[in-house]
Amino acid sequence: MREEILSLIEKNSRIDLKELAVLVGSTEVDVANEISKMEQEGIICGFHTLINWEKTTKEKVNALIEVRVTPQRGQGFDAIAQRIYNYPEVTAVYLISGGYDLLVAIDGKTLKEVSTFVSEKLSTLEYVLSTATHFILKKYKDHGTIFDENKTDIREVITP
Amino acid sequence: MKNPLSDKIISIKPSGIRKFFDLVSEMKDVISLGVGEPDFDTPWHIRDEGIYSLEKGRTFYTSNSGLKELKQEISNYILRTQNITYNPQTEVLVTVGGSEAIDLAFRAMINPKDEVLIPQPSYVSYLPCAILADAKPVIINLKAENNFKLTADEVLSHITDKTKILVLPFPNNPTGSIMEREDLEKIAKIVIEKDLYVISDEIYSELTYKGRHISIASIDGMKERTILINGFSKAYAMTGWRLGYACAPENILKQMTKVHQFAIMCAPTTSQYAAIEALKNGDDDVSTMKQAYNQRRRFLMNSFKEMGLECFEPFGAFYVFPCIKEFGLTSEEFATRFLKEKKVATVPGTAFGDCGEGYLRISYAYSVDTLKKAMIKLKEFVEELRTK
Repeated sequence: MREEILSLIEKNSRIDLKELAVLVGSTEVDVANEISKMEQEGIICGFHTLINWEKTTKEKVNALIEVRVTPQRGQGFDAIAQRIYNYPEVTAVYLISGGYDLLVAIDGKTLKEVSTFVSEKLSTLEYVLSTATHFILKKYKDHGTIFDENKTDIREVITP
Repeated sequence: MKNPLSDKIISIKPSGIRKFFDLVSEMKDVISLGVGEPDFDTPWHIRDEGIYSLEKGRTFYTSNSGLKELKQEISNYILRTQNITYNPQTEVLVTVGGSEAIDLAFRAMINPKDEVLIPQPSYVSYLPCAILADAKPVIINLKAENNFKLTADEVLSHITDKTKILVLPFPNNPTGSIMEREDLEKIAKIVIEKDLYVISDEIYSELTYKGRHISIASIDGMKERTILINGFSKAYAMTGWRLGYACAPENILKQMTKVHQFAIMCAPTTSQYAAIEALKNGDDDVSTMKQAYNQRRRFLMNSFKEMGLECFEPFGAFYVFPCIKEFGLTSEEFATRFLKEKKVATVPGTAFGDCGEGYLRISYAYSVDTLKKAMIKLKEFVEELRTK
């Protein structure tokens, strides 16, 4: 039941409890208990809204920054990752296999703000060897959702 | 001028769905629950394989019975899901949808006046295909009190010394009914005793919500008496690709292949390449879609319960078959008024046989949001009928 609940609320966190219980074939009480258990266990970490900011008037700049770092003895990448993710403008930090170590997603108002962050905050951190900043020009799909997808049912209305 | 038409084809009634379709087509903004095909797109990796095969110029006929690799994959699939071994070279035929396989089986097996047992309500093509093959169709009316399963007694009471074939349409369109192992064993016993053959249409086999689907061919002594029909339309959301298959004993399959060879040549090549990918790497897609269907099924059953509409719980396909007898309307009257007054299209049970009278086929190959809107309308409608 857990995975089924998760896959449903991952797609629609606003689904009401009653409907959720019907869909997974359980009771509201059991589903509510399961959800609160998963919150306590840190499986469910938050309920967010997916927004296509490009359609708003708010100016926003997103960038992905590849960061190469020197891991620290005893702490690996965790300490440096923490120093980076504590900045509020950083929206995501992932440890990555391959050509670089950390992938940092950043949310800024202007290009200048992002580049200032990179040059003044990020690259000056001890243990950071290099950075490569990629600005996001357009988001086609995010969190499994295709933006600007206009799906209509093109099937015949009645078929045997 | 001579009459250009065949008496036989004239004697066949056009599909009951057609009339309703014409009615719906004239209307705007209809919420349809009338579709017999998945709402999902064919999974991208399968479509991509079809595109890739076109890019590579694989645009020629395949051998009559289908691509060797596809037949091998079909054979593997049946082995891993049903534990039945079919020789991919002599016992598997790739067809243009399951529908073609149904037609081929009748044409390869029927001699004039042979009797074919057809349980109803069921898919619309068994009866006309049997007639076109010169069979004498014998209808078995399935009963609501048995949850529309086929019982051994029903088979026995319709058998004569002319009976040759039993059509076994489970999981069932339109009722959603399934046959479980113990149900099938009873049928198999009679089939063997009475020396019959079974055309088992298992197109909805992947869509069962209570254990795994069991093929009658997997029961001892039945493989040699069964024409197992399946396809890609429902499981992999590939209706438009027109691809199905039949597995049968070599002597029968050989004759089916003959008809197929002369009438069709071979199933579409692009579809066959895509189908190989579906069977190799499509299991996860099937289980994701199945989970979604099951959620919708539960949603509808719950909605019916809330509005007090009688409906047995179906565990297969993507249909529910609620009973509307309490309203004193025929299926057609109910469906027509529901369409005209609430703009929701369903299919009258009678489109699938006379014994579908008093029932409605509702498809849940729709998003929960669509179903929600439709159930609000249905609730309004039944409440209006009850207060009048």
